[in-house]
Amino acid sequence: MTAPAIELKGISKSFGPVQANKDISISVAPGTIHGIIGENGAGKSTLMSILYGFYKADKGEVWINGKHTEIPDSQAAIAAGIGMVFQHFKLVENFTVLENIILGAEDGPWLRPSLSKAAKILDELATEYELNVNPDALIEEIGVGMQQRVEILKALYRQADILILDEPTGVLTPPEADQLFRILYRLRDEGKTIILITHKLREIMDATDTVSVMRRGEMTATVKTADTSPEELAELMVGRKVLLQVDKVPASPGAKVLEIENLRVTDDQGVERVKGIDLTVRAGEILGIAGVAGNGQSELLEVLGGMRPGVGVIRLNGEPLPLTGPGSDGQSRRAAHIAHVPEDRQREGLIMEFYAWENVAFGYHRDQAYQKSKLLMDNTALRQDADEKIERFDVRPANSWLTAKNFSGGNQQKIVVAREIERNPDLLLIGQPTRGVDIGAIEFIHKQIVALRDAGKAVLLVSVELEEILSLSDRIAVMFDGRIMGERLPDATTEKELGLLMAGVSGEAA
Amino acid sequence: MMDFMTLIQVLDSTVRLATPLLLACLAGLYSERAGIFDIGLEGKMLVAAFFSAAIAYVSGSVWLGLLAGIGASMLLAGLHGLASITFRGNQLISGVAINFLAAGMTVLIAQDWFQQGGRTPSLAGNARFNPIELPFAEALSGVPFFGPIYAELLSGHSILVYIAFLAVPGTWWLLYRTRFGLRLRAVGENPAAVDTAGVSVVGLRYAAVGICGILCGIAGAYLATALQAGFVKDMTAGRGFIALAALIFAKWRPWQAMWACLLFGFLQAIALRYQNIDLGGVVIPVQVMDALPYILTVVILAGFVGKAIPPRAGGEPYVKER
Amino acid sequence: MDKMPHWADVVLIPLISLILAAILSALVILAIGEDPVAAVKMMVNGALGSTYGWGYTLYYATNFMFTGLAVSVAFHARMFNIGGEGQAMLGGLGVALVCLYIPWPHWTLALVFASLGAAVFGALWAAIPAWLQAKRGSHIVITTIMFNFIAAAVLNYVLVNLLRPARSMDPASAKFPDAVHLPTLHDLLAPFGIAFSKSAPANVTLLIALGACVLVWALIWRTRLGYEIRAYGHSETGALYAGISPTKIIMIAMLISGALAGMMAVNNVMGEAERLVLNATEGAGFIGIAVALMGRNHPFGVFLAAILFGFLYQGGAELALWTKIPRELIVVIQALVILFTGALDNMVRMPLEKLFLALRRRNA
Repeated sequence: MTAPAIELKGISKSFGPVQANKDISISVAPGTIHGIIGENGAGKSTLMSILYGFYKADKGEVWINGKHTEIPDSQAAIAAGIGMVFQHFKLVENFTVLENIILGAEDGPWLRPSLSKAAKILDELATEYELNVNPDALIEEIGVGMQQRVEILKALYRQADILILDEPTGVLTPPEADQLFRILYRLRDEGKTIILITHKLREIMDATDTVSVMRRGEMTATVKTADTSPEELAELMVGRKVLLQVDKVPASPGAKVLEIENLRVTDDQGVERVKGIDLTVRAGEILGIAGVAGNGQSELLEVLGGMRPGVGVIRLNGEPLPLTGPGSDGQSRRAAHIAHVPEDRQREGLIMEFYAWENVAFGYHRDQAYQKSKLLMDNTALRQDADEKIERFDVRPANSWLTAKNFSGGNQQKIVVAREIERNPDLLLIGQPTRGVDIGAIEFIHKQIVALRDAGKAVLLVSVELEEILSLSDRIAVMFDGRIMGERLPDATTEKELGLLMAGVSGEAA
Repeated sequence: MMDFMTLIQVLDSTVRLATPLLLACLAGLYSERAGIFDIGLEGKMLVAAFFSAAIAYVSGSVWLGLLAGIGASMLLAGLHGLASITFRGNQLISGVAINFLAAGMTVLIAQDWFQQGGRTPSLAGNARFNPIELPFAEALSGVPFFGPIYAELLSGHSILVYIAFLAVPGTWWLLYRTRFGLRLRAVGENPAAVDTAGVSVVGLRYAAVGICGILCGIAGAYLATALQAGFVKDMTAGRGFIALAALIFAKWRPWQAMWACLLFGFLQAIALRYQNIDLGGVVIPVQVMDALPYILTVVILAGFVGKAIPPRAGGEPYVKER
Repeated sequence: MDKMPHWADVVLIPLISLILAAILSALVILAIGEDPVAAVKMMVNGALGSTYGWGYTLYYATNFMFTGLAVSVAFHARMFNIGGEGQAMLGGLGVALVCLYIPWPHWTLALVFASLGAAVFGALWAAIPAWLQAKRGSHIVITTIMFNFIAAAVLNYVLVNLLRPARSMDPASAKFPDAVHLPTLHDLLAPFGIAFSKSAPANVTLLIALGACVLVWALIWRTRLGYEIRAYGHSETGALYAGISPTKIIMIAMLISGALAGMMAVNNVMGEAERLVLNATEGAGFIGIAVALMGRNHPFGVFLAAILFGFLYQGGAELALWTKIPRELIVVIQALVILFTGALDNMVRMPLEKLFLALRRRNA
């Protein structure tokens, strides 16, 4: 038997008081696709960053192809034949594809010979692995799928034999993801070893040969993919039985709460992101917006939440809402009984340096209940309110004098959800409600959303997680390139159909 | 109106006054293109001016003075690197601190060494950079039009002036035609890309800050040993900030930086030659000319003449993350 | 997890930074060939050893409280206002106009309107960079630096061409009328039977500065506006989400900042010089940066740091008088304080954090 391509022995790593990896050992056979699955914060990415020389392990050894190898920096990792495709691409936006590929692997101090040699090699790689890209295109002008190819080509150009991909499908449409997997199979068949990090069970089941499961910094199991099931993996990930389905009774939609007509939104760079959409959300229903990140869902939420101007008509309970100028900001939206759980809680929903009790009023801080006088705020009222919400939503640690950054992702999200849902809004806007949230908190947050619906309120849910959309929504609209590609009922559609819509293939053609 | 010879003289003075701006501007270009904002150009020039003049005076050799000036400037550049690269501090605050450090230390040391109220003794002879006559300047000076341009405008500057203007194509070539330039530009746009490609972000940024130190050193030495004959307190007089303005005006590109510096040098030359300028009845007071470079910079910054987009990673310390 | 207790962050780090700055300054003094211990003794004696010394120390501290608060308020909205110097210069112009052109019956009335004039002129000078930042995205650091230079040119023009009395060669305004003379600490403390030096410039403006400290504290931590300023300062996208207008916060924070910097002029122009001269600010606008950093942007910290710098200023003047240590030593100390408390903060912080972490581990 040949030596394993990678063997990690007893890897441990701490960040301050947090132990991200505890005594992890793993062996990856050459020429296979090896999956690593685990929840957010389970330590997958830390482990791979150690392998790529980004962090130094506190303890443990790395063996590559049967040889003990020190990897103090990325240079050493590259020299050992390891390539990594990060979740967030590491590309220079205003450089060409070719410049990005040679960066750090130039052929001498002069640029021109390096570039022409690289162009030739790139041509060969393109034919060998069917990885076509335009070498002279600027990164900022090509799509994410293409950018990912550039990242893979970067690794191959550096003659990587081991390729690590961190959550590679997060930004891809299902068809694009399928194409990525075809490339990966091809690479495997050429003898490359591939490590696939993901939190999506289906990808593991479909694409990998072997799978390792991580939980809370520990490696809990390594099994042949063929010998396991999604249910078993989920249980290994979480440490207990998991309900993959959300319990809910059928919806009984009432009057129209939100009506959107021909809405158009432009982003900060002047690019039109929402290109004339029509949507309706009724009382007592959850409308899920499915789509790959970057197809206009974020801008849709931002306009509805008053963070960005738009053009078109939005009515709430029949009353038109201004889309620009006075009356179109977040304060006016809240006054109109629209609550908003934003997509990015750390950059938007919370002030990370504020205490929990300050955050519990964030956005509603001008409410009469929080004022002591015309000028002064009533901090005692704020703290009282915070303590109540912390208890009702089981936020841990239950201490309103901690700053937001001291809570875990799940508890941060609970603070935001508590703040918004407890307002009893007519319309709840909620974006990526469970991104970076542990499974326990996911179940809790899902229940709260469904409860709000059952109380006869309208919910507009945006999520890039198709599973979440399918299990929560009463109706699904698919967004692609700023347009609504179609609406479906969750019981009368399939992931495949939705996937095609998300890729811009319209219903009739599919 | 100005006659031809006056124009030549003003342009000649423009070149002299643009030189320290250009050197400092290019210095800032290297630093900021690598993602390190530098509002400490002023301070680095100031220490270089002092140490070049002091050492030139003591040793009698302007070349030793130049080396000392560069050394002092690089010391402060290293401090800026330590604060903003190694300790990931606030680059603006570091720059402010460096400016004050230079303003205080130069006077302190000057007073301790020379006891002349914070200045150095006047430099003469080999302790100064003297003008270089280009070949045939004398012979060609009689030729109409081109003669004066060659003899008066192009010839007769100190070596540092020619170095400054040669540094422009040099910088362009380094930035766009070499591996180092590619990496330097990349580290100012996206340091994570450089890091994951196995190149040291810290090393590149220190290199850039180091080059910045060298160029600021030459700029300061030029002020004290070529443009003037010795150091006086606060002699940079805001030139570091004007250079910064020129850099923004030039949108961080070398050739444009040269034109911007020549423009600002021209404004200074005019202000120096004429006190109050009479434009057909409307008298422009000298204070307006003094303030013009700063006003112009604000107008440029306001984006009324095209948007200036700095390097994307500029000002942000690099912290490794996934 | 927070890596170390709050008190360490607020007290220990500035203290260690200060000690580092002091050690380096002592080395500088040694290098000049003077005795640092003797120098400190002389400074303490000169600045705190008499009511005369205290009078100067508190006079300088008053200036630095205003400029320190100015920098702090802007910092809370994550803006670095380096323009305190220019704003204070223009504030001086405001004070001069109020004092010279309106016949005041009593100093109290004059004080109220001179403060108003100083605040309005300072705020207006900050308003342009603020507006350019909010609406055009121009970097406020660069624009405020530029506005310092422009302010110097404006003041130069106004003094030379407009305010200078005929036949005077000095680029300065006429002397203010006696009616606007502000009571000094000597005048204020005499009724209480406390003897205070007659020739020291500390005056009633000190009380205004102390009031400003309290008001800024209440503004930042007790009002809705302060909540919004801090929220914007920590996260612009967060502010947008909460419906807090960035333009409004930038403008208001900078107007307050500029007004505070401008109000320094009540102290130095009206309280001390009693006429407007060129370079009346003497770099106090810049000292505000060191004071704000050292005081951790908290009004109480600013108060303490302002007193410290007042002491350094007055002590430094004494040194320059009696030894061969020039006044520029203060500029060096100021630079070192900015360096250690601002730019090299992590150098002090990282080892401390490790220490506290190790302590916690041992206790766990």
